[in-house]
Amino acid sequence: MKFTDKVASAQFHPLHATEIRILQVNLGYRCNLSCKHCHVEGRPGRKEVMNRQTMDYVLSALNKDPVKTLDITGGAPELNPDFTYLVQEARQNGNHVIVRSNLTIFFEKGMEYLPEFYKKNNVEIIASLPYYHQSTVDRVRGNGTFEKSIDALRNLNSHGYGNSSGQAVLNLVYNPQGAFLPASQESLEDAYKKELARSHGIAFNRLYTFTNMPLGRFKAFLVKTGNLDTYMQKLACSFNPQTLEAVMCRHILNVGWDGTLYDCDFNQMIRLEIPDKYPGHIRDFDYALLSKREIAVDDHCFGCTAGQGST
Amino acid sequence: MADYYKDEDLDRFGEIGKHNPELFQKFMDWYNTSLTPGALSRREKVLIGLAVAHAIQCPYCIDAYSKSCLEEGMSLEHITEAVHVASAVRGGASLIHGIQAHNTVNKLSL
Repeated sequence: MKFTDKVASAQFHPLHATEIRILQVNLGYRCNLSCKHCHVEGRPGRKEVMNRQTMDYVLSALNKDPVKTLDITGGAPELNPDFTYLVQEARQNGNHVIVRSNLTIFFEKGMEYLPEFYKKNNVEIIASLPYYHQSTVDRVRGNGTFEKSIDALRNLNSHGYGNSSGQAVLNLVYNPQGAFLPASQESLEDAYKKELARSHGIAFNRLYTFTNMPLGRFKAFLVKTGNLDTYMQKLACSFNPQTLEAVMCRHILNVGWDGTLYDCDFNQMIRLEIPDKYPGHIRDFDYALLSKREIAVDDHCFGCTAGQGST
Repeated sequence: MADYYKDEDLDRFGEIGKHNPELFQKFMDWYNTSLTPGALSRREKVLIGLAVAHAIQCPYCIDAYSKSCLEEGMSLEHITEAVHVASAVRGGASLIHGIQAHNTVNKLSL
């Protein structure tokens, strides 16, 4: 069954945005890692990088109420040469800033300043840590990544991140390491907290469990291993209409590295732009039009509506 | 015999109910309820299921509970440890019967 049919049967078709609370901005596809599950297919040497002029359009859009939050992603967004400019300007404008970090970037040459910079600018960090065992993480992200991630988390803890005061927020992200759906957020968060505290003395605030989208490198894995049909069937069978009420595309707007607008980062990767009748570039941002836009969907959207949802 | 167990046969499990729907339904209710979180979490329960699947060496159960373990956020480390527990208990059950052999031998020996 098609995603649009499922949405229609749940009385939500066509799916519309309800607001824009968050501007999610992809600063480029360059990354120091080449993770097996990456929907962006990020890696060193990618040329797509957002320039400062596009960042200024982003900052201008952020000044328009009620867009309060800037959610920065990549690749490894820290590799963008104007990364600190965007963060500092947004913070000065009073925006809440979230950075999606792979943690290992802290150990790249010239990036040692990051933990201090994050703390100083009160940046919320959402960090990838696909699991709490070394062998699993290294298999998915590359040898040595688990150890670096643990060292980075310890560093963030030493800067006050992840403690119960909630003043410096450090959230982690779990992705399944294969063709299966994630466990419940609650049970896995409990396991992560116990294991990371027991084995490494690490604390964090919340764990988000994300479903792997059948896109990019993960889709290539599904095709190569003959798992694509079964995985898509599993996503479709796990469709939960209740997730449509709060699915992330209904309250965010995604900006590509070149300023093109999308409903989410996944649509960006397959160049599924927002419909033609709305402004298509961040320089033409119009809150009234875009906050009620019709959302472009395809069958990969089953990934956000499976089970408890993935946002 | 190489294709004695077929993946698609697991999906035919419901056919067992055709000749006695009432008993099959009772079994399914019992089965599903046993896996519902209670004093034990679902995570713990599927790990027990995996260990038992190996002890009874049921190919369908091994496949099903391996997938359930992954979906409950467990890794090969968890799975391998559980299989070791099942194997150790199974091995111990054989080994402890060595006492019966000793008893028999002692009774018959000068």
